[in-house]
Amino acid sequence: MADAVFLGLAIITIGSAIGALEVRSLIYGSISLMGTLGGIAGFFLLLDSPFVAMFQIAVYIGSIAVLILFTVMLVRRELIFIKIEDKRRRYAGVGLMLALMLGLGAIIISSGVKSITTDAPPVDFRKIGEDFLTYYWPALVLMGLILASSVIGALTLARREDITNDQHTS
Amino acid sequence: MTNTLLDFLIVSIALLAIGIYGISVKRNAIRMLFAIEMIVNAANLNLVAFGRFLPTSHGQTFALFSIAIAAAEVAVGLALIIVAYRMYKNVDIAEFRSLKG
Repeated sequence: MADAVFLGLAIITIGSAIGALEVRSLIYGSISLMGTLGGIAGFFLLLDSPFVAMFQIAVYIGSIAVLILFTVMLVRRELIFIKIEDKRRRYAGVGLMLALMLGLGAIIISSGVKSITTDAPPVDFRKIGEDFLTYYWPALVLMGLILASSVIGALTLARREDITNDQHTS
Repeated sequence: MTNTLLDFLIVSIALLAIGIYGISVKRNAIRMLFAIEMIVNAANLNLVAFGRFLPTSHGQTFALFSIAIAAAEVAVGLALIIVAYRMYKNVDIAEFRSLKG
């Protein structure tokens, strides 16, 4: 059975996920998304994986949420405060959400995972580093290349070519 | 450990369902990116939870890979949104007419 810390984290995570999608202002929405990502980091701590939790806080809250905030600030102010959504699709979307929750929940509850709990000691984070550098090293190299190329791609996409740089002439 | 595997899976399912609701209903490109982030986080939570209860270290390794790839994806996605905003002066995806097939 879940304990109090788990229930609190679940309420924070799910509540701020709903808030991120439904709050009128995009800025409050992205701050609410930070709550969701932080709640997931809390779940990682509960699962005895502090290394992943630290990575989650550093990457998601530290860089992705801040990147989203800066992008929101670049958008025109009227667009931040209006909700753009399909009115007709709204009820269908809520229905799809409830159907997914109930269906997948019923499948998982009726399967055998109901009473699984563990007393095994948590995995040492040194084992993760060992995995990275032995079995998974091609994937690690590939991940570095993907990250570098995506950053270069993002910079190339966001570059403006209609502005000529004449700072050195004046 | 008092929490069972089922508790974490239920939170993950709820987050996945909210993310799919956001993708299907919202037309704001930035909010759709929020919804994609929620789905990716639900997947990461599943990976780490199954890895903890097996127990094996591969779940955490895959979650770390997934987090790094998601960071790259968000950078490219936001750059695309900025380019589209510069072209159409809007973030409503229904206004991006010339992207229609």
